[in-house]
Amino acid sequence: MDQKQLREQENRCIQEQAPACAAICPAHVDVRGIAAEIAKGDVVAALKLYRKAVPFPGIISRICDQPCKAVCLRKDLGGSIEIAALERACLEFGSSSEETVKQLPRKSKTVAVIGGGISGLTVAHDLARKGWGVVIFEAGDRLGGGLWKSPPDLLPRDVLINDLKIIEELEIEVRLNMSVGGSGANGHGTFLGKLSQEFDAIFLGVGPHSSEIPDLQMNDNGQIAIDPLTFQTSNEKVFAGGDVLRVSTLYPNRELKHSAILSISDGRRAAVSIDRFLQKVSLTASRVNEGSYETKLYTNTSTTTSQAPLIETDLSTRYNIEVAETEAARCIQCECLECVKVCPYLDHYKGYPKKYIRETYNNLAIVMGTRHSNQFINTCALCGLCAEVCPTDVNMGEVCHEARVTMVDQKRMPPSAHDFALRDMAFSNGEKFALAHSAPGLDSASYVFFPGCQLSGSTPEYVEKSYAFLRENFDNNVGLMLRCCGAPADWAARKDLFAQSQNEFYAEYEKLGKPKVILSCSSCYQMFQKHYPDVEIVSFWDVMNEHGKFKKREFPAPITIHDPCSTRRESHIHDSIREIITKMGGEIQELPLSREKTECCSFGGVMWLANRPVAEKMVQQRINESPLDYVTYCAMCRDFFARKGKRTLHIFDYIFGEEKSDLAAAPAVGFSQRHENRARLKEKLLRDLWSETMPDSGAFESIRLVLPEDVQKQVEDRLILVEDMQKVIEYAERTGKRMLNNSTKHYLAYFKPNSVTYWVEYTKNDDGSFLIYKAYSHRMEVGIGAPK
Amino acid sequence: MSEYFDPAKYEGWVCADCNIPLQLSKVDVSYLGNSFPVDLLKCPNCGLVLIPEELALGKMAEVEKALEDK
Ligand code: SF4
Ligand code: SF4
Ligand code: SF4
Ligand SMILES: [Zn+2]
Repeated sequence: MDQKQLREQENRCIQEQAPACAAICPAHVDVRGIAAEIAKGDVVAALKLYRKAVPFPGIISRICDQPCKAVCLRKDLGGSIEIAALERACLEFGSSSEETVKQLPRKSKTVAVIGGGISGLTVAHDLARKGWGVVIFEAGDRLGGGLWKSPPDLLPRDVLINDLKIIEELEIEVRLNMSVGGSGANGHGTFLGKLSQEFDAIFLGVGPHSSEIPDLQMNDNGQIAIDPLTFQTSNEKVFAGGDVLRVSTLYPNRELKHSAILSISDGRRAAVSIDRFLQKVSLTASRVNEGSYETKLYTNTSTTTSQAPLIETDLSTRYNIEVAETEAARCIQCECLECVKVCPYLDHYKGYPKKYIRETYNNLAIVMGTRHSNQFINTCALCGLCAEVCPTDVNMGEVCHEARVTMVDQKRMPPSAHDFALRDMAFSNGEKFALAHSAPGLDSASYVFFPGCQLSGSTPEYVEKSYAFLRENFDNNVGLMLRCCGAPADWAARKDLFAQSQNEFYAEYEKLGKPKVILSCSSCYQMFQKHYPDVEIVSFWDVMNEHGKFKKREFPAPITIHDPCSTRRESHIHDSIREIITKMGGEIQELPLSREKTECCSFGGVMWLANRPVAEKMVQQRINESPLDYVTYCAMCRDFFARKGKRTLHIFDYIFGEEKSDLAAAPAVGFSQRHENRARLKEKLLRDLWSETMPDSGAFESIRLVLPEDVQKQVEDRLILVEDMQKVIEYAERTGKRMLNNSTKHYLAYFKPNSVTYWVEYTKNDDGSFLIYKAYSHRMEVGIGAPK
Repeated sequence: MSEYFDPAKYEGWVCADCNIPLQLSKVDVSYLGNSFPVDLLKCPNCGLVLIPEELALGKMAEVEKALEDK
């Protein structure tokens, strides 16, 4: 995937966007963070967050107009979070005498701040902390400006005075009773003109007094013209903010709605500009989301229950700590994570797509050193559920697949990640299974049945029966093609292997006269949709639903349907399956996530091989969703669920299975058995339908193995096939290359038929078979004497 | 890697081909172009090497994984 595509997906994930409250707050108080800290009992941490956004927390927490409350997602779910009340609680319970203000060493330049109201005080505070010299010019005889007009019961004067102490602590010079004066005739000799010569920059924050606006350009509304991003006026040295920006010389008597938090925000933003101006760096670079804005964050509140505050609250309410904690806990902690909530894989790595995509991108760029995200990239099931639930269609499946393509191109794909699945594919496309025939007695085919390798591996008898069904229904004019669709190669991003498989398919397909391909496996269906656009395909289930004659079955209880994830976009298949079950008399209870929102069984994307613990979480989550028997129509889904003990049926069990046996409890079919089932299926069909025989088998296949149950489980777990062990023993017995344990008389031998070296400990039975005690494997190569 | 298995546990093993006991000696094991000398049990005559199960599934698997991510 090129950088642009990755970046594009990364940018689409809105998880890192601020919650509605913090975005609309002009000072971006981290309300969510504050609520979280209070809820867990850490008011000190909460206060720290609050102080970071607001230099005068005592004042603001008492008079803030709380624009956040209008957008809080709790609003209609019991009432918006009482944020200012929580802020007051932070101050009351979290303040300590040890709090110190950090201040950078004094720099040479000095700034004049005109106006000692809240915007000017904010500028003075921010710049003084950065080390710039600051002089405040205030027309009145005390700092605070309009703050003194707030009713004292709302803003107690001791709180006001206490908050303003910081100005003194920061050694800011204050000159009182200094009026700016009206506009001068030509700028010379005015107060502003004089200050411009004396100071390196000026902040104009005179409050709502249109008469005091000195010589600066005005906009068409009669307001001071500023750059809305930087608050710079027509005089490059002069920045303006606070209420003065909102007064108009055209309407000098208009009432202004004062917002202290807006003035603080203006001050902060102007201070950033002034700081940059003094440092002579870009005023505009990377300034995003300053001031009030609407967030793009999506938060799903559909399962949030309504809850009101413990007590009725206004700006004068004081909470005790318990009430504060309860109120804080009402915060929904807004975030998206829609995809993470449904995908155990995304949840496992404790992040979310924006972060993951960044890490993926970095991973692919590593030239030397460890690529820590390889396993992450290979674990995704590529199932597409994330995109289905994401408000902005981020598809981690696409990201991970493209990342795999890049890894293969870079020759950095871990060889072990997909090896076993690719060898399984090679087996299915080899002479033991691959077959392409027109119907017995015909030279070409109108249709060809493509049952896929996994149904053939799990339940070969159903392949036989469904093939017979199709021949009956289409005047015998249905050929048969046994092979793998190439899905493992696609998932492993092995374009070379996929192309090879595809070419083999096309050669046979053309020989058959380009028949319509009937697919019963949904992964095959998906592969054909994606990679064989010119091949006409039809779902076996649509055919079955249309032409099948279904007998009523016994359904002791309702069942639930697990749609394979590869059918996500195929609602016609979902419908056919449900109709078939209904025709047989089954009652269906849908899973919460089904059809286009279905989950993967962990087979997808070769996840089960790349990361077993996470794959198991995936299976477990799915099978825990309902106590009912699951019915599915993918052989792998069926086996993955059955392996974890979930009662699961393949829909073929109802259609062709024996009514009397409890097929939902049938064990999963192991890997060796799958190979054997495929080979036997081919052999039987060749013999029964076409009177042909199988090609000769290799010498190792005559080696008969005896596997005690625990050994069987061990080798299955270690992905060691019967044929691997047969090859080891055949080699050892033929060459004599083996070790002997003098006391147990066991033999130990090894052989490397592919990229893996297999070890088998065995003895020979009297009947010529071999009893296996253990088998294991490794990929590292042994220097000398390693047989190949 | 000999510290990842106990050679004493494998004392009873002989090379069945040469009929002589295996001896601890340096053997190169390699993966993806990286090679490591390791003390392993080996037939001094024909060079047949014994990789114990615990080594294959333990340290070796770990090193394989690490090298694959390099
Ligand atoms: S619920 Fe919490 S995080 Fe969400 S908008 Fe309200 S205060 Fe902010
Ligand atoms: S659903 Fe996931 S990918 Fe989409 S925006 Fe939300 S967190 Fe990001
Ligand atoms: S496993 Fe499926 S839902 Fe999870 S990230 Fe991958 S494609 Fe998305
Ligand atoms: Zn020997």
